[in-house]
Amino acid sequence: MSGVATLLITSLGLAIIFGMMRVINLAHGEFLMLGAYAAILSARAGINIWIAMLIVAPLIVGVIGFVVERLIIRRLYGRMIDTMLATWGLSLALIGAVTMIFGNTVAGFSAPLGSFAIGSFTASAYALFLIIATIILLGGIWALLRFTAAGLIARGTMQNSEMAAALGVSSDRVYAVTFAAGSSVSGLAGALIAPFSGVVPTMGSAFIAKSFITVVTGGAAMLTGTFSAASLLGTVATLGTFMTTPVFGEVMMLAVAIVLLRLLPQGITGRFFRRAL
Amino acid sequence: MSGMKLSTDIAAASIVTIAAILALPNFLELFALINATVYVSMSVLALSLALVWGFGGILCFGQAAFFGLGGYSYAVAALNFGDTTYAVPVAIVVPALVAAALGYVMFYGRISDVYMGAITLTLTLILFNFVNSTAGDQWRIGAAPLGGFNGIPSTPPLNLPGDPGNPLPPQSIFTISVVSLLLCYIIAKLILRTRFGRVIVAIRENEHRAELLGYDARAYKLGIFVIGGAMAGLSGMLFANCVFVSPTMFSLFYSGQIIIWVMVGGLGTLAGPVVGAILLNLLTTWAGTLPDISPSLILGVILLLAVLILPRGVLPSLAVLFGHERGVT
Repeated sequence: MSGVATLLITSLGLAIIFGMMRVINLAHGEFLMLGAYAAILSARAGINIWIAMLIVAPLIVGVIGFVVERLIIRRLYGRMIDTMLATWGLSLALIGAVTMIFGNTVAGFSAPLGSFAIGSFTASAYALFLIIATIILLGGIWALLRFTAAGLIARGTMQNSEMAAALGVSSDRVYAVTFAAGSSVSGLAGALIAPFSGVVPTMGSAFIAKSFITVVTGGAAMLTGTFSAASLLGTVATLGTFMTTPVFGEVMMLAVAIVLLRLLPQGITGRFFRRAL
Repeated sequence: MSGMKLSTDIAAASIVTIAAILALPNFLELFALINATVYVSMSVLALSLALVWGFGGILCFGQAAFFGLGGYSYAVAALNFGDTTYAVPVAIVVPALVAAALGYVMFYGRISDVYMGAITLTLTLILFNFVNSTAGDQWRIGAAPLGGFNGIPSTPPLNLPGDPGNPLPPQSIFTISVVSLLLCYIIAKLILRTRFGRVIVAIRENEHRAELLGYDARAYKLGIFVIGGAMAGLSGMLFANCVFVSPTMFSLFYSGQIIIWVMVGGLGTLAGPVVGAILLNLLTTWAGTLPDISPSLILGVILLLAVLILPRGVLPSLAVLFGHERGVT
């Protein structure tokens, strides 16, 4: 379960940006990394760890995302490959910059909350918290898009930006806000997984490929797709890990993803749940 | 592009090659010469992606997979045969076969751009993870231990064909690398002159139209993809000769670098990526010696600027500047 939740929460930011804007943000892993750093540094500066993780990290990364959108992404809309390359460059640059500032060492903080026991079975309470947080986040985004005016405007702009503009929506601003929102979800995810993964400048590269594949396997409907792909791939990885080693668990998951993409070239939601969000 | 242009391009490339072979070993120290050989092997790699991406229009995030496979098949074959004569063709054929299998899955499955990127990236990751975990004695192919994270430090250098007791010195390996680069360049040039090459470019320009004209785009793309895989395998073999094979050959960093060389050098040209690979490698090495600046920051910023400011690459932009409207290839 926590494997699925980790995969889901680390993919969500990418899924929002890809699903809404058709932009593949290859610096997504570094947004996670920045979120983790933001949380850890502010926690060290004496801010309560929950505030650091749940508020400071998404806020800071959201702002960074906004700046990135204004400076880089905005110039490249509709040129998917170029966006991928530019964000890849950004990813390298961010890794380099963070290495220079904070050094190439593992900083970590232990998971808050300790562990709990059900019979003879103990689990980390933090893992449970991560699962619940992922569910709440997913539900929150869905509700935001489905029921609020802002969500309606965002969806409308993504579907037909000219029409939205004709109706008086500033599509430019909607894009910027969407990208910032996706980034801040990434920042939150990065902060939440930091106790598990350790915080290093290169931590993003461990996630970007898996998130990328999860989102792409999910297909066009971003929430349903990412959810189903993460459940499937996360389960495969966990099962594979139990049966063999973590490495082969991951290899199995990637192999399943390739087969899936061959069978469903438009991703899972290209075939199923087509009308879902 | 006239026949004149083709022969002058090839002549110019040959002159540069001969000059490099004659001059560089004389005034470079041994270490620098080995480094130069590494750069040349990287140029072959850049050339392979230049062909696949720049002319085939296939953005392959996993060119490093074929590079690594070439290196590993060479090392494993050479250790098993005890002679490198037959290891060289193995290093070219294995990546070509893998490229054929992967290409078949992708092109005949009609998988679109982004998904293709995801699949090639995934393959690279699978190989990286797999090879990384092959430490220990149970992981060996014949006489060759795979060595996991450490790679195969005992990768043997090339020897004279049929004479395993006589490994070649670094100077000869440098010569071989430079000549291989020239050959690959000429082969790529010639491929683009043939009907096959022209159809490839037509498909890049407009796949739909090419298909309506009766060309099977899938087969043509598969063809160029396999050629690119073979070329990347060759470059992996050359690389294995100057360093040794290790899982980093499959890493994301390499895959990314190759794309940067091609992008900065000029997409849709052959000479550009070669020059780009050499210059950017020099730059990375130089940046590695700087005390406070991380090389990946510099590389990242270069890629960003290249995409934003010179989307056509440095070489074509220069060519436009000097009035060659057609650009260089």
